[in-house]
Amino acid sequence: MRTKTHLWLGLLGIVLFAVVFLVPFAFILFTAAKTATEAGKLQFSLPTTWTLLQNFGDALRARDYMLIIAFINSIVLTVASITALVVLSAMVAYVLQRRESRWSGLVNMLVLSGLIIPPAVVPTVWVLQKLGLFKTLTGLIFIEIAFGLSFCILLFRAFIATIPRDLDEAAIIDGAGPTRLFFKVIFPLLRSVMVTVIIVQSVAIFNDFANPLYFLPGDENATVQLTVFNFQSQFNTQYNLLFADILLITIPPLLLFLFLNRRIVEGMTAGAVKG
Amino acid sequence: MSTEVEARQTVEPATTTLAAPARNKSHYPYWFYLPAAVIFFVFFVVPTFSSFFFSLTRWDLSDWEFIGLENYVAFFQESALLTGLKNTLIYALVTCGLKVVLGMALALLLTSPIIAKGFLRSVAFFPVLVSTIGVGLTFQVLMDPSNGLINKSLGVAGIEGPAWLVDPKFALLSVALVDVWKGVGLATVIFIAGIVSIPREYFEASAVDGASAFQRFRRIILPLSKPATTTVIILALIGGLRSFDLIWAMTRGGPGFTSDVIASVIYKQYQAGFYGLSTAGNVVLFLLVTAIVFPLFRFFTRQEVDL
Repeated sequence: MRTKTHLWLGLLGIVLFAVVFLVPFAFILFTAAKTATEAGKLQFSLPTTWTLLQNFGDALRARDYMLIIAFINSIVLTVASITALVVLSAMVAYVLQRRESRWSGLVNMLVLSGLIIPPAVVPTVWVLQKLGLFKTLTGLIFIEIAFGLSFCILLFRAFIATIPRDLDEAAIIDGAGPTRLFFKVIFPLLRSVMVTVIIVQSVAIFNDFANPLYFLPGDENATVQLTVFNFQSQFNTQYNLLFADILLITIPPLLLFLFLNRRIVEGMTAGAVKG
Repeated sequence: MSTEVEARQTVEPATTTLAAPARNKSHYPYWFYLPAAVIFFVFFVVPTFSSFFFSLTRWDLSDWEFIGLENYVAFFQESALLTGLKNTLIYALVTCGLKVVLGMALALLLTSPIIAKGFLRSVAFFPVLVSTIGVGLTFQVLMDPSNGLINKSLGVAGIEGPAWLVDPKFALLSVALVDVWKGVGLATVIFIAGIVSIPREYFEASAVDGASAFQRFRRIILPLSKPATTTVIILALIGGLRSFDLIWAMTRGGPGFTSDVIASVIYKQYQAGFYGLSTAGNVVLFLLVTAIVFPLFRFFTRQEVDL
């Protein structure tokens, strides 16, 4: 009896989850594959003729290959900020975890504030402008690094706490200096948490909308999120192309998710449960 | 999230280095802080501190004129801006509350012995990874008052759906619902992690004592997954109070100003060239987030020590 109710509960769950969580994605796919007139009806139905590839092509070609340029920008932004984030936050987390000093309190407080405090928009624009970095990809990379540090430091620090200090001491006895100790001994051991940091942050940065909107306005170096947002006003009669765009920017996280689902969930709940 | 707790833990291992404290210290050089500190200082600390000053000025990014509290007076006298403040609180409370309740319900379902658990968990979690803009634009179409899928489905069931984003009364709530749809997966996996970390002995003991499913939830799961609940509440509140992307993608604060939140007011004032006023909005948001999240954080961490 008991297992039977659970079977029914499971089936009910599947149906409910499918309706609530999968139908919107099916809607994106179907609409992206329709012709312009059919998509304009906003109906949830299979396309009568599948023109998905053609719509992808049209969406990519629109406004002088804007979306392709945006993809390149987004990838450069993501890769550059993540590389810097991983190295810099691992360095901070390492010293913060290993060396208790009068600085630790201050550093901990700054890390926490970085996580909680909403960044001030116009003063950040002002700083970027003073440095000549406003409306540049370099400027946005620095912004993403600054805003992402706190989260990465927390993840790295929790992991570094599990690496025994004996290892440090063995390396020190073998004559390793501080830089070699960290980069040759500790850093390679961080691989698993590094994967987590890379996944979680790359999703966040690739999907980031507000920061590119504030700090990298203008068409010449738009990121994908901004491009799709701007397409909305341009394509409001061509829903098939709008949804082809949405589908295209959903594919990278989908691929990550299919291959690394478990890793992502681990990363996002890491440390969370301990409070 | 666990700074205080962990900071205390890190003190302990230091005892191993009693023999040569001075030499050992130099193996963890302070300059490792430096590159991160410079970036964090220039692009986060400086703007945050200068926002307090610039909120007291009339400002065009190159010249400023000190005008005292005028921006704040303007902020609190303009009813459109006040709506933003009120909406921010409503939005944060609604999304946070629903994420806690629904996330817990889904976590309970997904930790009970039903079929296809892994699949269902993945399905619920996927929207967390999808672009907010993509989700916002999709639901904008799904919520279309006459042609949208949601109202058509409701129509089949004989219910006349509201006009969602077009109706001033429903606009903010509609966006909040989409926010919950997108974010509930994260709350769910955090709750699941909390529930599976409860030792099995408690459940076995309660089964021996003949506890009902509700008692098991009320007396075991709820109190013992408190750290997870804390995390969900704090994450959802921070996210809700700062929320901008989804609102901007779906309504841009409209119709009128009925779904404006502080974050969208800040952006609108910035676009309009009122830099001082925009920055004052930032300071208000800063104070609001700090006033709500920090005390809550302390309250929860203190309670955990008592447990």
